[in-house]
Amino acid sequence: MSDVASSSSLAMSGGRKPLLDVEDLRVAFRTEEGVVQAVDGVSFHLDAGEVLAIVGESGCGKSVTGMTLMGLTRSPNARFGGRATFDGRDLLAASDDELRRVRGAQIAMVFQDPMTALNPVLRVGPQLVEQIRAHGDLGRDEALERARALLERVGIPRPEERLRAYPHELSGGMRQRVMIAMALSCDPRVLIADEPTTALDVTIQAQILEEVRRLRAETNAGVILITHDLGVVADVADRVAVMYAGQIVEQGTLDELFYDPQHPYTWGLLGSIARVDRPRPPRLPAIAGTPPSLADPPHGCRFRPRCPHAFERCGELPPLEARAGHPDRCWLTPEQKRTKRRVGGQIGLAHGDEEVAA
Amino acid sequence: MTRFVVRRLISMVLVLFAISVLTFLIFQVIPNGDPAQRMAGRLSTPETVAAIRRTWGFDQPIWQQYLTTMKKIFSGEVISYTQQVNVLDQIKQDLPATLSLAIGAGIIWLVLGVLFGLLSAIRAGRFTDRALTVLALVGVSTPVFLLGAVALYFLAFRVQLFPNGGYVPLTSDPPQWLYHMILPWLVLSVLFIGIYSRVLRSNLLDTMNEDYVRTARAKGISERRVLLRHVLRNSLIPIVSLWSLDFAAVIGGGAILTESVFNLHGVGQYAAESIAQLDVPPVMVVVMFGAFFVVVLSAVTDVIFALLDPRIRLT
Repeated sequence: MSDVASSSSLAMSGGRKPLLDVEDLRVAFRTEEGVVQAVDGVSFHLDAGEVLAIVGESGCGKSVTGMTLMGLTRSPNARFGGRATFDGRDLLAASDDELRRVRGAQIAMVFQDPMTALNPVLRVGPQLVEQIRAHGDLGRDEALERARALLERVGIPRPEERLRAYPHELSGGMRQRVMIAMALSCDPRVLIADEPTTALDVTIQAQILEEVRRLRAETNAGVILITHDLGVVADVADRVAVMYAGQIVEQGTLDELFYDPQHPYTWGLLGSIARVDRPRPPRLPAIAGTPPSLADPPHGCRFRPRCPHAFERCGELPPLEARAGHPDRCWLTPEQKRTKRRVGGQIGLAHGDEEVAA
Repeated sequence: MTRFVVRRLISMVLVLFAISVLTFLIFQVIPNGDPAQRMAGRLSTPETVAAIRRTWGFDQPIWQQYLTTMKKIFSGEVISYTQQVNVLDQIKQDLPATLSLAIGAGIIWLVLGVLFGLLSAIRAGRFTDRALTVLALVGVSTPVFLLGAVALYFLAFRVQLFPNGGYVPLTSDPPQWLYHMILPWLVLSVLFIGIYSRVLRSNLLDTMNEDYVRTARAKGISERRVLLRHVLRNSLIPIVSLWSLDFAAVIGGGAILTESVFNLHGVGQYAAESIAQLDVPPVMVVVMFGAFFVVVLSAVTDVIFALLDPRIRLT
């Protein structure tokens, strides 16, 4: 547990209290295949007005992390550990009722798929009004007026008409704007955006990201952006946490992550971005293999089975600690990393059979 | 909307035509089904049988007989072979009992089915859910004639809590009507409650995993509101269609067993007696009457669907 202590003390190094402080978050689900440790000792903090990106492949626990902060993973089959301090209270220990008052009001969430995230049988207006009225004592008409103003604010033309529309009458981008309006309806201090642009066209993606950036500036809310898209990260994030198999494997500022990545998994993610400004590779580089089952994770470093640079020491789980400026979970020395991450003149993850370029 | 009504009317005519032809043909091929022979009795002379056959038109070609029967049905002059009374009058007389049974039981099975389904889904996997699952299984697999007979034996004969069958018209004595209907209502409802609660339970559990329910929770609205406004409403659609079809079937004489066990003299019991005597005209009328209700109620169901789910358009 020493690794956790070191990373959280690092998190507090700013001196003042962060808006949200997550320490050693653990989430396990009892399933038919056994206990799945979906989140295993995750620590991070979030300040007001900052965008923290959580990056990783599908199934690495990033969405579960976000949903757990909202209490949306609570179930008889879920077990939680650690602390998530928001506004002086531990969200994990809060009662369902306390949590209900926080979510939607102080912490709000935007989900991945806007096509299914709105109730298909209710008009947009009532769906917005419902949340506004749950957290304040506005009358119906005042709440409706507020809903109209929110739609206008997120760039929806003719908001009066849209309030009366059913979700299926709106486009995907429009629906995601409605979701964002909904999330913002009670002026939250933390906005959790779970893959907000994944289901959208590239042009719409850019608009939605612009919206997130603008709102962060206007409201000074802290944003947790959950994504697998490093392009999105480069666009809006201030800091980045890379997650792999339920753990954070590297955490740092945007520049640190992009220009001085320490963990081989991060190299792999960076190496697999398709770039139009470089010669096209014969094959789009990918990280070989698939993420491990969280019901039975590998011993030692979780990334070892897929890592071409693994050596004896990797049988032991590396702690998340700063070896070269920002914390990561890899036993290689900073010097080794600097050499090994160069593949064909760029950052990437060498394939097992390939010679690592010096 | 006009298109919808026209389409439904056309399909109603087709359904009624098909079902009347089928019913008519079935009775032509049933052994020992010659109506003239049956009317004449066992000790009749061939001459009497021939005379009856001629008078009633049984010597004409089948399609002619069918047309005559249909004409009589639609002009309201159709006479049964055995009792030789007007079939429509008979149905009119039996309808109040059947309507009483259908409406009362329909409300009971809908309310209790939804209630038990909801309870079962909220407590999924826990004791209440398991207990209700067992009850539903017992309810679905107990035949009505057994359940009705057992209920009558214990509650009407041994304990004398309820009357031993029979029907009292609502118009003549409301309290007695209620008193006579309670047991039939409950017995008829048991099967449907079992089915509906299971269907609703699985629908609810599916809907609870929908993204928009997660969105609703994320809004911070009360769990009760999430359940009623976002989960239940979307899960009720299949229940509505089940209900209207079952309800139509019961009105159309489908509760044959319940009506017979409790001696309610409803449309179903009339159909049962007519079938036993191979009496074609009443059977045809009851069958078409039932089909009519099924078609009408399924149209009504489509309208309700469109109201419940704005994505559904009436075509």
